[in-house]
Amino acid sequence: MILRVALASLWNRRLAAALSLCTLALSVALLLAVERVRAQTRSSFSSTVSGTDLIVGARTGAVQLLLFSVFRIGEPSNTLSQATWHALAAEDTVAWTIPLSLGDAHRGFRVLGTNNDYFEYFRYGARRQLEITDGGRLEGDYDAVIGADVAATLGYGPGSEIEVAHGGGRAAISVHAEHPFQVVGVLARTGTPVDRTIHVPLAGIDAIHAQFGHGPATAKPALTAIFVGLNNRAAALGLARQLNDYEPEALLAILPGLALAELWGVVGVAEKSLLVIAGCVVLAGLLGMLTALVTTLGERRREMAVLRAVGAQPWHIAALLVFESTLLATAAATLGLLLTTLAFALLAPLIGRNSGLYLQPMQASPHEAALLATVIVAGMLAGLIPACMAYRNTLADGLTVRT
Amino acid sequence: MLQIENLRFGWHPGRPLLEIPELRLERGERLFLRGPSGSGKSSLLGLIGGVLQAQRGSISILGTDLQQLRGSARDRFRADHIGLIFQQFNLLPYLDALANVLLALEFSPRRRARLGTQATIEARQLLERLELAGAAVAGRPAAELSVGQQQRVAAARALIGAPELLIADEPTSALDAETRESFLALLFAECARAESAVLFVSHDRSLETRFDRSLELGALNRAGMVPA
Repeated sequence: MILRVALASLWNRRLAAALSLCTLALSVALLLAVERVRAQTRSSFSSTVSGTDLIVGARTGAVQLLLFSVFRIGEPSNTLSQATWHALAAEDTVAWTIPLSLGDAHRGFRVLGTNNDYFEYFRYGARRQLEITDGGRLEGDYDAVIGADVAATLGYGPGSEIEVAHGGGRAAISVHAEHPFQVVGVLARTGTPVDRTIHVPLAGIDAIHAQFGHGPATAKPALTAIFVGLNNRAAALGLARQLNDYEPEALLAILPGLALAELWGVVGVAEKSLLVIAGCVVLAGLLGMLTALVTTLGERRREMAVLRAVGAQPWHIAALLVFESTLLATAAATLGLLLTTLAFALLAPLIGRNSGLYLQPMQASPHEAALLATVIVAGMLAGLIPACMAYRNTLADGLTVRT
Repeated sequence: MLQIENLRFGWHPGRPLLEIPELRLERGERLFLRGPSGSGKSSLLGLIGGVLQAQRGSISILGTDLQQLRGSARDRFRADHIGLIFQQFNLLPYLDALANVLLALEFSPRRRARLGTQATIEARQLLERLELAGAAVAGRPAAELSVGQQQRVAAARALIGAPELLIADEPTSALDAETRESFLALLFAECARAESAVLFVSHDRSLETRFDRSLELGALNRAGMVPA
C-alpha cells in the first residue's frame, strides 16, 4: 500500500518524472552504445583474422598494413614484387602464403586478387576456414568467388557477371566491360570483411590492369600484401626482423596480434575519452533527476505532513524518496538498454555496409551489466540527498506545515 | 485517558511556550479547547501527537507515558491510538477518498487488525454514514472534492479502526456555517460510535456549547501568551 502511495504520488507528477526519466534513459543509452561499440569493435577486429602468423607488405605503418590487408580499410600505398613472395614462400619455416592484391572495386565492394590458397589457409574467428556454399573455387583467370554480403546485396550467384573498376572507392572510374568476371562461387557468411569482398585470381587483376595501361599483361602483377603461416609460431618474430631487413625490397612484416595491440593503444585513448564523456552525460542525467526531486520537495511538504499525521515515521518519508529515485534510475537503465539494442538493430546493417564493422545488436558487453548496476546504485544514492532534506523537513514541520 | 502533568515545552530554553500543570480527558469525553493562534496550540497538539517532546513533565495516553517512548514508538502510538483532523490539506490529493481513508491503517497494525478483512467494507460504510457514498465521491481523487467533502473524508480517516482519541484542530474553519453544523453532527455521531474521546481546538466560541466541557488554553497555560 505504501508502495502504491509512492507510485500514485509519482504518477501525479508524471510529466516531470517522464522528462527526467527520458533524460536519464538517453544518457544511459549513449553510455551503453559507446561501451557496446568499443567491446564489439575489439571482438570483431580480433576475430577477423586468426591463424595468420605474419602479414608482409611494402614498407608502411604497421597499423596501416593491418587495416588495409585485413579490414579492407584504406588503400595500400605501395606494392611488393612477386619475386619477394616466391622467395618468402621458399623459406623453411614458412608453411603457407596467401598473396593479396587490393586496389580495385566493383560497385563499392573491394576486389581482391589472390589464389585458391586463400580458401585453403585463411582462418577467421576460432580458426574457422572459409566455406563455399554455392559453386566452387577459382579455375579460370576471369572467375570470381564472392562474399555473402556481395551476393545478398547485388543479388549475385554463380553465373553472374562482374565488371571491375580501377580504384577502391564507390566513385571508381574507368569501368571496363570487355572482360567481365564470372561468379563461380559464393562464400558462407563470416561476419568479417570477407563477406564484402570479391575474390579473383591474380592473373585476372593483371589482365584488367594491362587493359587500363598499367603495364603489359605478361608482367607478373604486383602484390599489396602477403599473409604468412609458419610451421612454428615461435619463429614469427625472428622472421619478421629478417624480412624488415630484406635487401632487394623495403618490406614490413607484422605479427597481427602485436599490430592489433598497437591499434588498440591508439584507439584506446579515444575510447576512454568517449566513455568518460558518456559517463559525464549520465551524471548530468542523474543531476537532472535530482533537481526535479529536490524542487518537488517544497510542494510535497504537505504530502509528507499527511503521512506523518497517519503515523508514518521520518524514515518512511526518506524511504519514499529513495524508492522514487531508485525506481526512476532502474526504469531509465532498462529503457536505455532497450534504446541501445533497438538503435543497434536498426543501424548495424548500415554500419556494416559502410565501415566493415559488424555489430551484433543483441550481444551485450560483459561490462554493460556493471555499468547499468552503477547507474541504478548512483540513482539510489542520489535519492539520499532529497531523502535527508525531507527527513529534516518532517522533523521540523511535525504534523502541520506552516505556510 | 489523556493526562498531562507539569508539562513544560518551549522552542528556546528559558522561554517556555507551554507550562501546563494539569490537563485531563476522560474516555469518550468531548473537550473544547479554545485558543487563538500563537497561544501554543499547535505545539500542544504536536506534543500530544508525539512529534514533539517536552522538556519536563509527562503526557500519558491510555496509561502510556509518551515522554518515555522513542520517536519511532511515538509515531506508532499515534498511528494506533490517535486520529487527527486539521483545518485543511488533510488528504493526499492524488488518492481517491477510499484510499485516503485506508491510509490510516497503513502505519497501524493495531487498527488494521481490529478491522481484519473488513477494512474496505468498513471504510465504505464510514464514507456512507458521512454522506460520501457512491463512486462519484469515494472513487474520485481527493483534489476534486469540495472542501466540505474533503473534511468529511478526513474525519472518516481519523476515525477508521476506532482510535481512542480524536484530535481536531480547527476542522471547521474552512467551512461555511451550514456545512459546519452538519459536519459537527456527523463527526460526533461517528465519535460516539467509535467511543473516541474528542479534543477539539478552535477559536470559534459558537461551537462551544456542543461539548461536554470547555477550556481556555490561555487560562490553562501558566507560560501565558508569547508573541509569535
